[in-house]
Amino acid sequence: MEDKITNILLAGVGGQGILLTSEILSEVALGKGLDVKKSEVHGMAQRGGSVVSHVRIGKEVHSPLIRSGEANFLLSFEKMETLRWQSLISRDTVCIVNDTQIFPTNVNVGLDKYPEDIDAFLDQNFNACFRVDASKLAVQAGTAKAANIVLVGALARLLTDYDKELWLDAIKRKVPKATVKINCEAFRLGYESMVL
Amino acid sequence: MTEQNQASTPSTRLLSGNEAIALAARDAGVSLAAGYPGTPSTEILENIAKEGSLYCEWAPNEKVALEVCIGASFTGARTLCTTKHVGLNVAADPLFTAAYTGVRGGLVIICADDPGMHSSQNEQDNRHYARAAKILMLEPADANEAYHFTRAAFELSERFDIPVLVRTTTRINHGKGVVQLQPAENISHRTFDTQRDPQKLVMIPAFARMRHEILEASLERMATYASDCDLNTTTRNGSKVGVITSGVSYAYVREVVPADWSILKLGFTHPLPETLISDFCCSVDEVVVVEELDPYLEDTVRRLGFACKGKELFGRTGELNPDIIAKGLGLDHRASDVPAKQLPPRPPVLCPGCPHRGPFTVLKKLDVFVSGDIGCYTLGVNKPLDSIHACVCMGASIGMAHGMDRVLSPEQRRKVVAVIGDSTFLHTGINALVNMVYNRSTSTVFILDNSITAMTGQQGNPGFGPTLMGEPTANVNMEELCRAMGVKHVYKADAFDTVSLETLARREVNRDELSVIIVERECILAFKDIVKPALEVNQSTCIGCRACLKVGCPALIWHEQNRKVSIDPTLCTGCNICVPECPVDAIITPKKS
Repeated sequence: MEDKITNILLAGVGGQGILLTSEILSEVALGKGLDVKKSEVHGMAQRGGSVVSHVRIGKEVHSPLIRSGEANFLLSFEKMETLRWQSLISRDTVCIVNDTQIFPTNVNVGLDKYPEDIDAFLDQNFNACFRVDASKLAVQAGTAKAANIVLVGALARLLTDYDKELWLDAIKRKVPKATVKINCEAFRLGYESMVL
Repeated sequence: MTEQNQASTPSTRLLSGNEAIALAARDAGVSLAAGYPGTPSTEILENIAKEGSLYCEWAPNEKVALEVCIGASFTGARTLCTTKHVGLNVAADPLFTAAYTGVRGGLVIICADDPGMHSSQNEQDNRHYARAAKILMLEPADANEAYHFTRAAFELSERFDIPVLVRTTTRINHGKGVVQLQPAENISHRTFDTQRDPQKLVMIPAFARMRHEILEASLERMATYASDCDLNTTTRNGSKVGVITSGVSYAYVREVVPADWSILKLGFTHPLPETLISDFCCSVDEVVVVEELDPYLEDTVRRLGFACKGKELFGRTGELNPDIIAKGLGLDHRASDVPAKQLPPRPPVLCPGCPHRGPFTVLKKLDVFVSGDIGCYTLGVNKPLDSIHACVCMGASIGMAHGMDRVLSPEQRRKVVAVIGDSTFLHTGINALVNMVYNRSTSTVFILDNSITAMTGQQGNPGFGPTLMGEPTANVNMEELCRAMGVKHVYKADAFDTVSLETLARREVNRDELSVIIVERECILAFKDIVKPALEVNQSTCIGCRACLKVGCPALIWHEQNRKVSIDPTLCTGCNICVPECPVDAIITPKKS
C-alpha cells in the first residue's frame, strides 16, 4: 500500500447505517497513520433514498471522489444499489453485497419493477462478488440493526493490510456505548462469513 | 501525512468540514454563533452546541441570524453566522450594509453552496455575493483548510474591518479529511462594551457616504494583501500549461493534471489577487481556469487581458469531478467496463409514520393546486401523493397562493391551497400571511406543524423549542398568532385523522374568506416514543385493490404473486393513515399475544 490509493465505494439505502460504516473505515485508515478523504451527502437522502459514500485511503489523498472505473472495493448494502454507481466500478472491483432487497416506494405501488436478474448480472460482470446475509448474521449477533457492522467485518477480511484490532477499536469508539458488545460480535460474524 | 503515529496526536482528527469549522470557531475565541438550519451548513452550529464552550442559537431565519451576529460584533465579540447559499439571499439586506459599518469583533459568515443541488432548489454561485457586497472572501479546498481558513477569517475580519465570507460547497462541508488543529487563541484580554461610534455604526446617508469611501480604499489594501498572503499557493512545475482553480476543484485538478503543469490555487478569492494572477498567467504559455458553476475567476483572468480556457471545457451546471475535468482537458481516463443497467429510481420519500402523509392524502382527494414550500413535505411532489404543484423558496407558498387567488376566477380560486411547515412559516411565512389578511385573500393555508425543523435533521424552533443550547423555552402559539394577525377562521386538525381533516378542508376551500388549518402531529423521527405497534393486513379479507398504496407509505408492500398487500412490521409505526383507505377494513391492529 505504499503510494497506491485504495478506493472504497459504499452504496445502499438511507437508514442502513452507511455513513457510520464509512466513518469506521476512515478511522481505521487514520489509525494506521494514512491519509484519508471521504465524501458523501447528507440531508434528503436520509429519507429512504439512494446513499453513496466514497472513501479514499493512501499516503496522500487529494480528491474526495473516486474516479470513473477506479473503485477497488464496493460494499453494497442492497442488491440493486450495487449497480447504481456503475460508472465508478469495473469488472475488477471486488464487491461485497448484502444479500437483501429493499423495494423503492414506486415498486411497492406498482409503478416500477424491481429487476429480476440482478444476481445473474452481478455474477456475469464482476470477477469477484461476495454475498453476505448481513441481516441474518446481525440478528444472530443480537439485533437486525447491526447489519452494517456485519458488512464491516466482511470488508475487513479482504483488507488484509489492516489489523483486526484497528477495526474493533474504531467500532468501539463509533457505535453507541450500549451496543458495543453486539457490534463486536456482528463484526466477528461478518469477518468469518467470508470464505476466500 | 507520513507520520505513523499521527492518530495518537490529539491535534490530528478525522473531521468533516462542518466539524472543522465548529472547532475553528471555538479555537478562534468566538463568543456567539447563530444561523438557520440548511443543508449542507447545518452541522456547524450543531457541533458548536455539542462542543458546548460558546453561546449559539438557531434564529428563525438567516436575516435575523446575521443581525444578531452584527450586534454582537459591535460590542467587540467575535461572531460566526452560518447559512446555506439560498439563506444568504434572505440575509442579503444586512450583509450589504455591514460591509459599510465594518466590524468591531471579527464577523465571519460561513456560506455553504450546493453545486449539483443535492438538497437545494437552485445552485446559485454565492461568490458573486462577495463581489456585490464588497466583502472579503476565502474558499477552503478541504476539511483541513476549512479549519485554518476559518481561523484566518477572524483575523482578517478585524485587520480590514470587514465581514468575511467563507464560501464552502457540499463536498467541503460534508466531506471528511485529516485535520491538524492549532492551539486556541488567548482571548482573555478582550472586553465587550457599548462604545458609541455613530459615524461607523449608524448608516444614514451622510455617514454611509464616508463609510463607502473607506470601504473602497480598504478593498484596495485587501487586494494587495491577497497577492502576498499564504492563503493562495502556486505550484510551479513547468511553463507550458498553468491551471487557476479554487475550492474543491483544486483537489480534482491535483488528481488529474500531468506533473509538468503549474497550478495557482486561490484561497483568498475576494478581492482577487490580481497581481498574483497576472504574474502566474505571464509565466505559462496556456492558462486553464477550473471552477464549479459560474466563470467567477475566469472573468477576472480575461479582464486582466489574458486568454484562457474554462467554461467551454467544463460547463456551468452541476458539480465538477475528476472525470469531467480530465475529459474537458482531453486527458486519459478509465471508463467503466461494467455495462449500465436500467434501475428503478430510488428518490427520498416521506418516512413511515410521517404526519405529512395525512394532509397530502386529503389534498389529493380535493384535487386542488397546492402551492408548496421548502421542507420534508416538498417530497409530497413525488408519486403516488403527487400533491405539490409549485415550490420556489422558503415562505413562498403563501405569497404565491395569494397571487393566484387575486387573478383567478372565484370558482378557480377555491382550487388553490398553500402548504407550509411550522419552521418555514416562522422563517418567512408570517409576513406573507399578514399580506393575505391585509389584501383580503380567500385562500386556504395549511400549516403542517410537526413541532420541529425536520428536513435538516430535527432542530428545535420557536414553535416548540428547545433552544440550540438545550434549554426549554417559550413556544409560539400558532393558533393565537394567526388570530392576532387577523385571520378569522383558524382551525387545528389531527394529521392522522384524515376523515375529519377532509371534511374540514372541503368546507374551508369553498369559503370565500381566508382560513388557516394547523395540521398537527409530531415528526416520527424526532419523537420516537409516539411509535405505536405495527398494523397488519388481514390476508383473508384483503381484496388486492391497492387503495391503501395511494398513501405512499414504504411500510406497505404489494405482492404481485398473490395480489395482496402486507405491512412490514419493522417499518410500520401504527399511524393508521392507511386504515380508512381500505374499503374492506382489512388493515387491523394485531391483538396482543
